[in-house]
Amino acid sequence: MSSIVLITIISLSLLALFSAIILYFVARKFKVFEDPRIDEVQNVLPAANCGGCGFAGCRNFAEALVRAENFEDLNCPVGGAGVMGQAAKILGKVAPVADPLVAVLLCNGTPEFRPNTSNYDGAPDCRIINTLYGGETDCSFGCLGKGDCVRACKFSAMYMDLNTGLPVISDDKCIACGACVKACPRNIIELRKKAKKDRKIYVACSNCDKGGPARRACKVACIACSKCFKVCEFDAITIENNLAYIDATKCTFCRKCVAECPTNSIIELNFPPRKPKVEAQGVTTVTTPDV
Amino acid sequence: MGGVHPPENKLTAGIPIQVLPVPTAVVIPVSQHIGVPATVIVNKGDKVKTGQKIAESKGFVSSNIHSSVSGKVNRIDSVIDTSGYKQTAIFIDVDGDEWVETIDRSDEIIVDIRLTSEEIVKRCLESGIVGLGGATFPSHVKLTVPSGKKCDILIINGVECEPYLTSDHRLMMERGEEILIGISILMKALNVNMARIGIENNKLDAIEHMTKLAGGFQGITVHALKVKYPQGAEKQLIKALINREVPSGRLPLDVNCVVHNVGTSFAVYEAVQKNKPLFERVVTITGKSLTNPGNYLVRTGTPISKLIEAAGGLPEDTGKIICGGPMMGKAISNPDVPVVKGTSGIVLLPRDESVRAEVNPCIRCAKCVSVCALNLEPYLLMTLSERGMFEKAEHERITDCMECGSCSYTCPAGRPLLDYIRLGKSTVIKIARERVVKQKVS
Repeated sequence: MSSIVLITIISLSLLALFSAIILYFVARKFKVFEDPRIDEVQNVLPAANCGGCGFAGCRNFAEALVRAENFEDLNCPVGGAGVMGQAAKILGKVAPVADPLVAVLLCNGTPEFRPNTSNYDGAPDCRIINTLYGGETDCSFGCLGKGDCVRACKFSAMYMDLNTGLPVISDDKCIACGACVKACPRNIIELRKKAKKDRKIYVACSNCDKGGPARRACKVACIACSKCFKVCEFDAITIENNLAYIDATKCTFCRKCVAECPTNSIIELNFPPRKPKVEAQGVTTVTTPDV
Repeated sequence: MGGVHPPENKLTAGIPIQVLPVPTAVVIPVSQHIGVPATVIVNKGDKVKTGQKIAESKGFVSSNIHSSVSGKVNRIDSVIDTSGYKQTAIFIDVDGDEWVETIDRSDEIIVDIRLTSEEIVKRCLESGIVGLGGATFPSHVKLTVPSGKKCDILIINGVECEPYLTSDHRLMMERGEEILIGISILMKALNVNMARIGIENNKLDAIEHMTKLAGGFQGITVHALKVKYPQGAEKQLIKALINREVPSGRLPLDVNCVVHNVGTSFAVYEAVQKNKPLFERVVTITGKSLTNPGNYLVRTGTPISKLIEAAGGLPEDTGKIICGGPMMGKAISNPDVPVVKGTSGIVLLPRDESVRAEVNPCIRCAKCVSVCALNLEPYLLMTLSERGMFEKAEHERITDCMECGSCSYTCPAGRPLLDYIRLGKSTVIKIARERVVKQKVS
């Protein structure tokens, strides 16, 4: 009886030893070299796998970082400068300081300003409306209001405001991954440079129609009157396709254009209230909408 | 093979075609067909005559546009048309009704076909003839058989399977002889000696009338078809009439046949024998609450509101104005959009009939699968499109879908199947096009 046990143990041990030797040589022969720094870099990344960097996931981005000569086109929007700095330290490189961005909706077409002219009762999906017709309002450029962007946001930084029918972006939660920008079939969400105290001045309109039709469709549409363009001292404003655009990198937040805009399509956010003295001089008052 | 049986509601089947008075102003879009929009060749302030070419076809798959009235070009501007999109249109203020001299306006029916087949194709192109069944595919393209392919039979679609619509039915009853001459012209252009007309069984008077008339024409026969939606779809009609199956992603020419509509045949007759370009068509205006529904001969560019006025005005309870039939048509947001070449009917649905059912989860009953005329799996295609899995959707032949809407019609859970399938189909077509471009570049 004991001999059977002994023989079994010995034969199995020999078999294991034999397999181990084969496996050892196979593993040596087919060894794939993987840079240990990839794991290190991956560990400092946020593991959100949001795709905001343009890669499939954090692992993919880590590989790209290790491979890259410099970090010029690479940025993790979730982690920001902190994470990029850590990654650069591991890899012995310098991370360029990327401006923090935030998503901004270039439309202010609430039902009050932009009344519905038809009623859509199909599947609640902006993409479908966009392939079907111009939308429920007469503006064929603005927000469709079915929340494709909200569904695309993985960071709960957006919600639909039921009163305005427009999505709202929380500045403190938005990490500018760009998922909403891609999801929007009308391309009306922009990633803009973040300013101090989340201050913002932008043209909240995407209507490329001429002044007349644009104004008829929406009371707060940009009519490309170029008043803002003329008043801007910093060349931050351009007008193209019947639409004004403010370059966030050039804007100094002087707010002159806001006061000048006849249709109130330029929005200022998170500014302290204007001094009453300015109003006394006859400048149009502009209220700051709450977000 | 699939199909549904919606209530027919052919309210206007017995009402003869009336001529709608020429409106005071028309809006003529430059894209009333599938393909490249035509180029405007008139300027603001120009005087135009009825039947004068005002926009020229650009490229092979394109079509000429003719003025439907005489008067002065008011302006050239963008307008929202029946498709719901903005496009360029020519606004004309009507002044009298002076026709181009070359058009034969007599009532005489000309039987002899004097033109050769090349001349017929050229005339169709010149006269802006497009498929009047609704798809508005330029007819001269269909009449040009590419080398390497052959056509041995012409199929004429007189099915009109959409509920409510009766424009083709009335045309067959009143202009049967002209249609048959038109078919002979098409046969000559295609160089075939056989043509079959398919008519659904619910139009017994039309079947009888056309059979009687067809006796005088060589090679043309009339066939009664089962009442079923979508019987008038190209592939279904070919299968029913000559028992040939068009493979997935192929055209009728791949099984040696060509399909034209009865309305198109009539337009071809007028173009070839009377030299009259396509600028008016029969439109059914119908709806249960309308006081005076009917079939009208309408100039293109006439606002739909004028047509509704002629039919007794917009009923109080209107929920949707649908351009086309209730199954495949599209609701319009503004009644002032113009009638175009593809407008076969205007259906005014009452409010209680135009609301969609509440959307519920799929119960896997597979009704959509059994009604799909193209053997697709609509529930799957919807889910794939909804989740953005377009590659898989392409593999599941989403581009085969002809958007007949049988799946959405039959779904007991009220799911918006076609909405998502249409989205998926357009996205897949776009992806496929980009792929072709990429291949060409590399």
